[in-house]
Amino acid sequence: MSLKYDPNLKYAKSDEWARVEDDNIVVVGISDYAQDALSDIVYVELPEVGTQVSAGEVVGAVESVKAAADIMSPVSGEIVEVNEELNDSPEILNEDPYGAWIFKVKASDLSELDALMTAEEYEAYNATREH
Amino acid sequence: MSELKRTALYDVHVAMGARMVPFAGWEMPVQYPTGPMAEHHAVRNAAGLFDIDHMGQLKLVGPDAEAFLQYVQPRDVSQMKVWDAEYSYLCYEDGTFVDDIFIYRLPDDEWMIVVNAANREKDLFWLDTHMVGFDADLIDISDPTYMLALQGPKAQAILQKLTDYDLDQVAFHTAARIQVGGVDTLIGATGYTGEYGYEFFFPEEKAIAMWEMLLDAGKEDGLLACGLAARDSLRFEACLPLYGHEIHAEVEPIGARLGWVCDWDKGPWIGRNAVLKTKLEKPKMLLVGLEMVDRGVPREHYEVAKDGKVIGWVTTGMKSPTLNKFLALAYVPRGYNKFGTELEVIIRGKPKKAVVVKRPFYIPAYRRK
Repeated sequence: MSLKYDPNLKYAKSDEWARVEDDNIVVVGISDYAQDALSDIVYVELPEVGTQVSAGEVVGAVESVKAAADIMSPVSGEIVEVNEELNDSPEILNEDPYGAWIFKVKASDLSELDALMTAEEYEAYNATREH
Repeated sequence: MSELKRTALYDVHVAMGARMVPFAGWEMPVQYPTGPMAEHHAVRNAAGLFDIDHMGQLKLVGPDAEAFLQYVQPRDVSQMKVWDAEYSYLCYEDGTFVDDIFIYRLPDDEWMIVVNAANREKDLFWLDTHMVGFDADLIDISDPTYMLALQGPKAQAILQKLTDYDLDQVAFHTAARIQVGGVDTLIGATGYTGEYGYEFFFPEEKAIAMWEMLLDAGKEDGLLACGLAARDSLRFEACLPLYGHEIHAEVEPIGARLGWVCDWDKGPWIGRNAVLKTKLEKPKMLLVGLEMVDRGVPREHYEVAKDGKVIGWVTTGMKSPTLNKFLALAYVPRGYNKFGTELEVIIRGKPKKAVVVKRPFYIPAYRRK
């Protein structure tokens, strides 16, 4: 059972992925590595729409049967949308980590995403971690 | 931390894809690829098999064995018949917990005490220091004795496939020495999941054979190998206390709701007067069940507050897989323990509403009419 990496995404060391859409909107979720490490996810604490966040700030949390993991925003900006489906079905993060997004942030400075890793770099980084 | 110990099944767990974690000095499977949710539901609806060889077993023999047991724990063991198995605990003089234990009365004045992995050396030392004047011997048989648990509504049917012994004869909380697939095994109709089931004690060299035999026998019944995560969520829903969480050397039996174990008229035992005092004067802190009203996962060590003032702490909390609710066990001061009392759990700095509810969250199979 090998973990999936989406080459179209950028990855943070804290295991969020980010995808840039039109109008400086950055969609954020958690990686396959993260959902696998957490195992059965039972609760997602979503940020509030309208909140101003800075890059690296904790904006919510993903909780599994055994652990809680902070979710950080990879970019500064305003939270413009959250995935309400996660309130009732947090397990979609396990089932489809790259389809199930958590929140969208309207980035004030897209160049902050340069600090993230490519899929290849992230895969190499994970190989150095103890799972 | 010293090197982690491994059970004889370590390689088998790894080959099955289990995630191994440190637990009480041992490297144990926390889950298999099936995941803790599926493992939990398997035990509630079918059966689960647990490697619990980290737990310790102490053998007590000698003419004064019974008198010694009467002195070191609160249950009246003179009421136990041969093959009875009962829950109890060890207390310090001040009434706080040394450990919780299971006592087996075996033939020929032999007893077995099952202790928590983390407390094996501590319990042995504690009991040995109180042995003065008693003609009895306490022997740590943990290493040669392997321990597994088979739990769930299908446990009996699965085990029956492997033995000629009529398992209807092994009543809840009794034991028997039987052949399981040709292996001489002590079974107890005991466990810590809120379901019927068995715990097995047998020679360590048979560990792999027994594990595979049981998994194979239960395959068609939906038996799953289960890790520590499922073990924790199962015992939590049934509100069975776990050492290091609900019970430890800072809390005592009355507040932990374990006063029912004490036999007050059997004579003195270590901690009796302190526990009796708490019973008569009422405990300061009481273990309660909490259900979250606001959304959020209560977890161990989170603070419990009333109107913003911290009054207690969560001992175990999670989303209950069976009840699909966010629940917690918590110590709160007496007066805040009534059902319906509105409290708050501080989750990541924010107070989240919770309400005191009845325990157990899940009524164990053996307590249903």
